Amino acid sequence: MITLSIIQNTTLVVVAALTGIGLVALALWLAGLISPKSFNPQKGEPYECGIPTRGESMAQFKVGYYLFAILFLMFDVETVFLFPWAVRVRELNAAGLGIESLVCIAVFFTILVLGLVYAWRKGALEWK
Amino acid sequence: MLNFSELTRSFHYDFLMDALHFPEWLAVTTECVFIGIILLLLYSLLALFYIWFERKVCAAFQCRLGPNRVGPWGLLQSVADMFKILIKELISLKYVDKFLFALAPYLVILASMLAFAVLPWGNGLQIIDFNIGIFFLIAVSSIGVLGILLAGWSSNNKFTLIGALRSGAQMVSYELSIGLSVLTMVLFAGTLEVGGIIEAQKDVWFIFSGHIPAIIAFVIYLIAGTAETNRGPFDLPEAESELTAGYHTEYSGIHFGFFYLAEYLNLFIVAGVATLLFFGGWMPLQIPGWEAFNNIMWYIPTPIWFIAKAIVISFIIIWFKWTFPRLRIDQLLSLEWKYLLPINLFNLVLMALVVVFKWHF
Repeated sequence: MITLSIIQNTTLVVVAALTGIGLVALALWLAGLISPKSFNPQKGEPYECGIPTRGESMAQFKVGYYLFAILFLMFDVETVFLFPWAVRVRELNAAGLGIESLVCIAVFFTILVLGLVYAWRKGALEWK
Repeated sequence: MLNFSELTRSFHYDFLMDALHFPEWLAVTTECVFIGIILLLLYSLLALFYIWFERKVCAAFQCRLGPNRVGPWGLLQSVADMFKILIKELISLKYVDKFLFALAPYLVILASMLAFAVLPWGNGLQIIDFNIGIFFLIAVSSIGVLGILLAGWSSNNKFTLIGALRSGAQMVSYELSIGLSVLTMVLFAGTLEVGGIIEAQKDVWFIFSGHIPAIIAFVIYLIAGTAETNRGPFDLPEAESELTAGYHTEYSGIHFGFFYLAEYLNLFIVAGVATLLFFGGWMPLQIPGWEAFNNIMWYIPTPIWFIAKAIVISFIIIWFKWTFPRLRIDQLLSLEWKYLLPINLFNLVLMALVVVFKWHF
């Protein structure tokens, strides 16, 4: 197995990213070449099932989305903190520290679960 | 056992540097261009294949024939569709935020292309091979949410705004489940490296050696993966009966095609990651003790194993779509936050206990 260096990997990330951008740019260029163009003021209107738009397009939306985004942020960051522990559990266990690592992470984990329980009891998980 | 890294090494040293006398930098650049072209071809061919596959499977579930006129078994139907979508007009709209509107498809494609490049295709056939591979994959695939939110927001339309918000809420919620079930398997594998995870499944796949927690993680991953790709019973961001086409209502022609392309590729990526985490990636089926069987299995090329497993898993995901009715947004969010998340956290503890007390096979 060849292990790539960090520079090689980063180069490949750039190559993949450029490929993605290239795919979109290429297809758009191609479409620009062969697609028809016709001008009509009606075409530029926002789509609204055939009737003229009424009121603001940027309508008010439920605050619930925002609440779930905040909750996501909290849990996602905590998941990220769990990753380093998860990678090491096997090695720690081989070194005889398995139980200790479990106890240590249990403290962190309990806080995480308490956070979920708190949000649940507060009714943040209800869609009202 | 064919190791493809030998092939790439010989392409670099024997062909480019010795036979063609390229200097080092030119050889590397040539290889990068080759990788780009291969990625581009694989990406578009797979997307076309998947569009055809979905239509055929859908037809089979509904006792129809599906596309069968263009090419053998209708195989060229999606190629014809691609050309059709290319010759459609790109309508320029009056009230959109032009820059963000144009940027959104780039982000969506970029996210799926980067995640696509991490997938292990076979023995030594992997493009990006970070030591944090699977973490990188989760990180880049969440750029896609940004693209979808931007698409809905910049279109300046009520349908797209609601579609994008729903999609955002859904995708970030289910990302949590994906992250946690991947975390569970990372705990079991003890590494984040894609190659290392596959290497650890040489004898037994994780779904068998990890038994109960691995199976729970797999089921959760499958549900969350379906939601993450906005498919199946979770396709309410584009619920056509209420939101027209959701976040991409205002996109026309190939602009719309990009979202479509990325959606199908994300289906493949989700299936590929499930393969990699639970079904041994490109590792052939091995049954401990059956020496002759194991040796025969190694004769099937490793890319075929990977693609076959990924297609079987994506068949299951497509099956979901044609079986379950669409969920409501409150049902969707309570499924994630009240069921999947607590089960996932419990499962993580279970897996930690399994690893620490060596209850695995």
